[in-house]
Amino acid sequence: MAKMTLEELKKLRETKKRELEKREVTGKDIEIIVGMATCGIAAGAKQTLSAFLNELEAQNLSNVVVRQTGCMGYCYAEPTVEIRMPGMPDIIYGKVDPETAVKIVRKHILGKVLINDHILDKPAADIMKK
Amino acid sequence: MAFKNYVLVCGGTACQSSKSEEIYKNFISELEAAGIKEDVQVVKTGCFGFCEKGPIVKVLPDESFYVEVKPTDAKEIVAEHLVKGRQVKRLLYQGEETKKHAKVEDIAFYQKQFRIVLRNCGVINPEDINEYIARDGYAALEKVLFQMTPDEVIQELKVSGLRGRGGAGFPTWLKWNFTKQVNDSPKYIVCNADEGDPGAYMDRSTLEGDPHSILEAMTIAGKTIGSNKGYIYIRAEYPLAIHRLEVAIKQARELGLLGKDILGSGFDFDIEIRLGAGAFVCGEETALLASIEGERGMPKPRPPFPAVKGLWKKPTVINNVETWANIPVIILRGGAWFANIGTEKSKGTKVFALTGKIRNSGLVEVPMGTTLREIIYDIGGGIINGKKFKAVQTGGPSGGVITADYLDTPIDYENLQKLGSIMGSGGMIVMDEDDCMVDIAKFYLGFTVDESCGKCAPCRVGGRQLLNYLDKISKGKATRDDLAKMKQIGAAMKRASLCGLGQTAPNPVLSTLTYFEKEYLAHVDDRTCPAGKCKDLITYSILPEKCIGCGLCARRCPVSCITGEKRQPHVIDQSACIKCGECYSVCKFGAVMRK
Repeated sequence: MAKMTLEELKKLRETKKRELEKREVTGKDIEIIVGMATCGIAAGAKQTLSAFLNELEAQNLSNVVVRQTGCMGYCYAEPTVEIRMPGMPDIIYGKVDPETAVKIVRKHILGKVLINDHILDKPAADIMKK
Repeated sequence: MAFKNYVLVCGGTACQSSKSEEIYKNFISELEAAGIKEDVQVVKTGCFGFCEKGPIVKVLPDESFYVEVKPTDAKEIVAEHLVKGRQVKRLLYQGEETKKHAKVEDIAFYQKQFRIVLRNCGVINPEDINEYIARDGYAALEKVLFQMTPDEVIQELKVSGLRGRGGAGFPTWLKWNFTKQVNDSPKYIVCNADEGDPGAYMDRSTLEGDPHSILEAMTIAGKTIGSNKGYIYIRAEYPLAIHRLEVAIKQARELGLLGKDILGSGFDFDIEIRLGAGAFVCGEETALLASIEGERGMPKPRPPFPAVKGLWKKPTVINNVETWANIPVIILRGGAWFANIGTEKSKGTKVFALTGKIRNSGLVEVPMGTTLREIIYDIGGGIINGKKFKAVQTGGPSGGVITADYLDTPIDYENLQKLGSIMGSGGMIVMDEDDCMVDIAKFYLGFTVDESCGKCAPCRVGGRQLLNYLDKISKGKATRDDLAKMKQIGAAMKRASLCGLGQTAPNPVLSTLTYFEKEYLAHVDDRTCPAGKCKDLITYSILPEKCIGCGLCARRCPVSCITGEKRQPHVIDQSACIKCGECYSVCKFGAVMRK
């Protein structure tokens, strides 16, 4: 007996797709996505991640999700962090040390102001998005 | 109160030297004059690449990308774009170059990179199968299990033109088809993740960022050629990639995407991980298979090829990580879509690990046919510290160097080979005027000599002899006869070595000999090293007429071999000098001479 049928996989995909989109559209959630590949970790991504978690707790922000992802390719600018939130364009920050992480929470997320000297361009268009 | 628009002014060093600071200030004053400074935030960014076309200004949220912006253009962008909402067409980047190599409408209009292999890297959480599924993960497997026949899958790969990304560029469909046609069982699927070239980490990043794409592709191959068992051979030095693969395999098994009766199709497939102990030769496919079997990792003569007699002498498809990562997209989008990208003979994209003396080092994925100049200058941002470009090394210890004269060559398998290098797995090391080509050749050959398994004499003995000659050259003890002998030995190794390691080991030497003969001759005839790298050929001395006796060099000298009275010319004790060059680089008065 198969653990999952074709229909179940299709259903799962639709649900998960909607969940991803909902996060982007209805604007309840703010996402902080930290690049946690070997290159990011070597450059201090773990410290950056804990700085985010500490600052979110200090600011009592519960509508923010912190996620990990792989390498975006910006080895010279690790750790890299992407911020997605309603009312703001998706922004990738490079060279995010713990100090910058605190700044991102206070200025970008709370103050809705972009931070100087750290923004990077997206490496390429997303071929999975139509 | 959130802003309506954001003006991003590139603040990379290249753009800064072309007045980005002034542009930034002009935007602020123009916005104030137009009375909309509350609605628009001006931000200084990191480097956006495209430094040749700098300064760059990007306007969000509509992602307008302005190039070669002058400080005076701020007024027009504010008045037209930000007040009236009309883009300033004359400053927008026209992406003709990108479109030349990739006639695919979904390439963003200005981006040089095009990500197929790295599509999920930096986007999904690699440890959550649901995020992979949400981005059409395992949809290609569905198609292969329920809608396509194995022959249709192979046909699709044939149309796509996909060639092996491990370096040799063998057509993937042909490999699969050979294995499929052999009447023997069981058959095996193997993923070669034994990435060993110095400076190459494409496979590691792919596995760390998107492990499921490899599992899905291997399962597709299993169904296509009739195999129920796959192995991923990965080096033990990649602990995070191994961990993410383990998590991925566990999650896929839990959902029944690996294991018995996948999705109720009746097809069984499972994958195991095998760790390599870090021998470079195990990246060679026959040595890799021997290592999986528990034997010593040594290559075997081919034929028979693994497609016929591979793992445990059974038919085996073995592909590299990057090749695998392309498969699900080809199945989903179709071979014709893929074949639209790239050059006539090399389709799709290639991932490169861009390192060395480059400003924006990193992982880039570009359509085949992109030029080295575009990669190094547009994406990589050019040479660090404004030094002069000398050469780029591709293909690691099996490749060669490419000089400035060939920067505009479109990259594909054939072109790189013509230049005496190879595509290889994708390491790309940029070198500047301070790099000595003899030293570079010595580094790579030293690596292959260390990593030679010793089975065949041409590689074992030839490599050592070549290295001895290089050593002689770098010490200024070689003759012109030695250069001729090196060419002979190199040619013999290429012809007579058993596997790719030995056959390609002389490449770094032969290609530097071809393109930088003058530099070799300087070492041989004049006993000098023009780049100042070969320690036996250089001396540092202090010019008494320029030295003001500040003592900085003496304080910095790690072996304290510089002495002198304050405000009096200093002297270097040549017998103790280790030629590190520290005095040369710290002296502010040009008083230290390198000869």
